Amino acid sequence: MSATLHRLFLASLLRRRLATALSLFAIALGVALGLAVQLIHSAAIDEFGRGMRLIAGEADLQLVGARDGFDEAIYPVLAARAEVAEASPVLVIQARLPGREDALEIHGVDLFRLARVQPMLLPRAAAAADAADTRFAALQPDNIFLSDEARAHLSESQQLESGEFAAPALRGGELVLQSGVRSFALRVAGEVPAASASLAVMDIAGAQQHFDRIGVLSRIDLKLAAGVSAQMARQSLATLLPPGLSLRVPEAAASELSTLSRAYRVNLTMLAAIALLTGGFLVFSTQLLSVVRRRREFALLRALGMERRQLLRGLLAEGAAVGLAGGLLGVALGHGLAAAAFKFVGGDLGAGFFRGTQPQLQFDAMLVVGYLLLGIAAGVIGTWLPAREASRVAPARALKAGEGEYAGLPQVRGGWRPGVGLLVIAGLACILPPLNDIPIGGYGAVALTLAAAVLLLPTIARGVLPVLRRGRALSWRLAHARLSATPGQAVVAGAGVVASVALAAAMAIMVSSFRVSVDDWLAQVLPADLYVRASVSSGSGYLDGDALARIAAVPGVATVDTTRQVNLRISDEEPLFTVLARPVRGNWGLPLIAGSSERPARVNAADAAGEIDADLPPAWISEATADRRQIGVGDRLTLPLGGQLRHFIVAGIWRDYARQHGAALIESADYVALTGDQRINDAAISLAPGSDAATVAAALRADFGAEHLSIALPGEIRALSLQIFDRTFLITYLMEAVTVMIGLFGIATTFAALATTREGEFGMLRHLGFTRADIGRLIAIEGALTASLGVIAGLLAGAAIAWILIEIVNRQSFHWSMDLAVPWGALALFASSLIVLAALVARLAGARAMQRSAALAVKADW
Amino acid sequence: MDCHFLLLPPMLTAHALRKTLPGTPPRVLFDTLELQVGAGECVAIVGESGSGKSTLLNCLAGLEPVDGGRIEVGGQRIEGLDEDAMARLRRSAYGFVFQAFHILPHLSLVQNVALPLWLLRTDDKEAEARARTMLTRVGLGTRADDPPHELSGGEMQRVAIARALVHRPRLVLADEPTGNLDPVRASDVLDLLLEQIRDSEAAGVLVTHSRVAARRADRVLELGVQGLVDITERA
Ligand SMILES: Nc1ncnc2c1ncn2[C@@H]1O[C@H](COP(=O)(O)OP(=O)(O)OP(=O)(O)O)[C@@H](O)[C@H]1O
Ligand SMILES: [Mg+2]
Repeated sequence: MSATLHRLFLASLLRRRLATALSLFAIALGVALGLAVQLIHSAAIDEFGRGMRLIAGEADLQLVGARDGFDEAIYPVLAARAEVAEASPVLVIQARLPGREDALEIHGVDLFRLARVQPMLLPRAAAAADAADTRFAALQPDNIFLSDEARAHLSESQQLESGEFAAPALRGGELVLQSGVRSFALRVAGEVPAASASLAVMDIAGAQQHFDRIGVLSRIDLKLAAGVSAQMARQSLATLLPPGLSLRVPEAAASELSTLSRAYRVNLTMLAAIALLTGGFLVFSTQLLSVVRRRREFALLRALGMERRQLLRGLLAEGAAVGLAGGLLGVALGHGLAAAAFKFVGGDLGAGFFRGTQPQLQFDAMLVVGYLLLGIAAGVIGTWLPAREASRVAPARALKAGEGEYAGLPQVRGGWRPGVGLLVIAGLACILPPLNDIPIGGYGAVALTLAAAVLLLPTIARGVLPVLRRGRALSWRLAHARLSATPGQAVVAGAGVVASVALAAAMAIMVSSFRVSVDDWLAQVLPADLYVRASVSSGSGYLDGDALARIAAVPGVATVDTTRQVNLRISDEEPLFTVLARPVRGNWGLPLIAGSSERPARVNAADAAGEIDADLPPAWISEATADRRQIGVGDRLTLPLGGQLRHFIVAGIWRDYARQHGAALIESADYVALTGDQRINDAAISLAPGSDAATVAAALRADFGAEHLSIALPGEIRALSLQIFDRTFLITYLMEAVTVMIGLFGIATTFAALATTREGEFGMLRHLGFTRADIGRLIAIEGALTASLGVIAGLLAGAAIAWILIEIVNRQSFHWSMDLAVPWGALALFASSLIVLAALVARLAGARAMQRSAALAVKADW
Repeated sequence: MDCHFLLLPPMLTAHALRKTLPGTPPRVLFDTLELQVGAGECVAIVGESGSGKSTLLNCLAGLEPVDGGRIEVGGQRIEGLDEDAMARLRRSAYGFVFQAFHILPHLSLVQNVALPLWLLRTDDKEAEARARTMLTRVGLGTRADDPPHELSGGEMQRVAIARALVHRPRLVLADEPTGNLDPVRASDVLDLLLEQIRDSEAAGVLVTHSRVAARRADRVLELGVQGLVDITERA
């Protein structure tokens, strides 16, 4: 068999090089995209996990709470427990470097506890003149120790977004840092030799004092007594913990991050899957056409005694060979893509989840084998139907002379029923709930809709083609007649176009809806004239009452609104929950989609504690919160604030594109009353009539020092946010482009193959007086018509898929709702350029049919 | 033999035609070939396989270059024409019947027959009417709107004959028109072809292997290296 296999089947792949190369390449691209997404992500997670392990050191358990930390009163309680062998308190500060845009992660540690729990963080003092100085250097509150990476980083000047350069933060052995709105300097007293990350270590008491965090810890790392398992300790210690704190194994941090980025990653993987699917379609159409062309060859082989099974196996081997080659190329390409991505955009896939990590590309044999198998599967599945078709042909019939060249092309007369059936199932799939935040039903519906669109292609052809019959030109007429008579050809050539157009259109509609909604949202949440912040929410810069008074005193400032943002830990598994505390004045800056800015008159009767609830303070929750917790207006919301569980009554739901894991907004006054926390992250300034934003900004900078504040106009924040938005979707545009290219390959291979099967037809037409140019036009028109059908079906499917993406996939994975905004112009341009391209591609691919001499072409075939 | 063709100027004239095949040494297929066919006349060309009959027809159709000599169709020289001009001339002056029929499966019979008229930009209604008339003349009038895949080989070739003559060409070239048909059908089709060519006053050149078929033509010519030898009497 193997010689036969080689000569009859695999050799046929070499004979039709263009078609083989294109389907191989299509599979390779699908495999490469999927693999690259996976590789980039797992490398980034690995890198992050490595960093976590370094910091956690030998700790068995970590006590963690809100991002801003928790009351250190719990420390002696835990340290005294028998289960705990050693408890090491840590205060982590994201220290703002005045004037710079980066921050330094400072670990405030207790040196006496450090050695047994996190030896990697042990500082080493630089040799000093005085020996005693060296020994106690680490205990000095004004000393700080830098890892090599941090030192290198801080000694360099930094280019800011504005293009200017900020001076190095480390000058003459001193490091300048910011707390609140003032600067101070620490002495760099040595290094952290074992730490291979960009971080600094200092004494915890010094850190608390310098950064105004007296009595606050970020983490307590626990080493458990011999014989105590992490599981046991978690259970026995849980009862001691105030609300908002949780004990977890250090590895949990990495999985929390993985959860954060999962929905985005799954989204990209789906795009890659559609590219691979389009590649599968391509294999299907090229194999089908090649089988049609070799119909008589197979009939002869069967007549000469080849078994049906042998034929089937031979053909499947062809498909597998293409799939394997494509898979190998794809694996190589995927590693290349991942390496390039690390080099140019870092490991965050453009979405910012892993900003700052510098991951290493790793070879994962299992992953590679998995993707290779996917490639082979695409090849084999694509060949399955054509191979079965070929093996079923009765030899006698196929050998009969004079049978038209079209015999064997699928007479897809099949009605609309299967397609509509799939659509109905797709509709039902939309009702399925998400699994682990992954909208499986939604993705299933996307796949079903694509399949339905391909199946409905002949139906659409039958509906659309009669409308186009008007054309008078002969080429148009012939092309039209041919397509009307063989809608199967439209399926074969157009399937790839349908899939890629559907994908591109759906993404275009979704992204445009998203972008328009985000833009509107930004306009709504940024109602003030000027925004002032001392640093990002978790950083060491902040504003206090005194600073606010100074801001209000600046001439031209009418009112100042403040926002305090804290990240709370609600449960052991969930990512942090954001609470925004600010004055809620009417609808000012609050994009409500349900409820109102007033507290609800009626609380839900279902709540047993209705009477008490009536007095609870109001909270406005984001859509994600409402979705995840299944609560609505009038329901009760419970948050761990200031070490206690506090209850709120939900007054409204607002749209929030910034925090997909949930946020709630409460009145500043309520927040301060419940927590005593007076800090402020952002101030939103409304200007007095007639005053100018630039003048006010200049006055603020003069007062506080330009390096201590970032001041932005709402327009700037908006532009920056949209820029980030666009960068996030850049990678999806690239993937769409690849898929559309694969769709065009489909047109190319089909027309190249058809051109060969139709040499007789073209030869006859040349005899009748067609010029070469006429034939070229005929092929181009057929290409354009085929593509048009594919584009129509693709646009219809794309609209349906866009709806699924917006209403199901986005709602379930990101909990974002958005308003539909169809980019009509862009879609029309895309559709028409695709049709023109298809005409061109078909014309190029069909060129061979025109080269052959007309005289030879009309000879009785064979 | 009817003699009136000889009085009219010939529809097709080939003079001193020479064709060699590339190779070392070049093989001469025919040299100093002379052929004249009048309006309404049909000549049959016979010869051994590989003697160059098909090649001669291709030369006459302007689909293959000749190495010397002159070809005139309806008084027009064709050897110097470029490819597109030749294509345009074929539209109006030529009709073809092929051994493999070459009926387009995606067009109805009447559309297949109307194809040459479409190429000549004849008015749609007129084209259809003429195609229907032509189909009636070949005995398929009642099936004009059927798709071709339902036809037998003989019926296909009738459609092809209708297509070859619908635009009243000056010259009809047929290469083994009955090669794919059984003897009874073959003779029917041949009768029809000859009758139609005579009726429309075209010149007909048909290549055939069948002596029986050849005998129905007005003249039978045998192709050899020296050109065409009239063997009507012997055939
Ligand atoms: N394109 C070509 N290149 C080279 N040689 C050719 C070409 N076409 C035909 N020939 C050769 O020219 C000779 C004449 O071929 P042609 O097809 O005209 O023969 P024929 O008389 O029609 O034969 P048959 O009766 O078998 O159809 C043959 O020997 C053939 O091999
Ligand atoms: Mg021949």
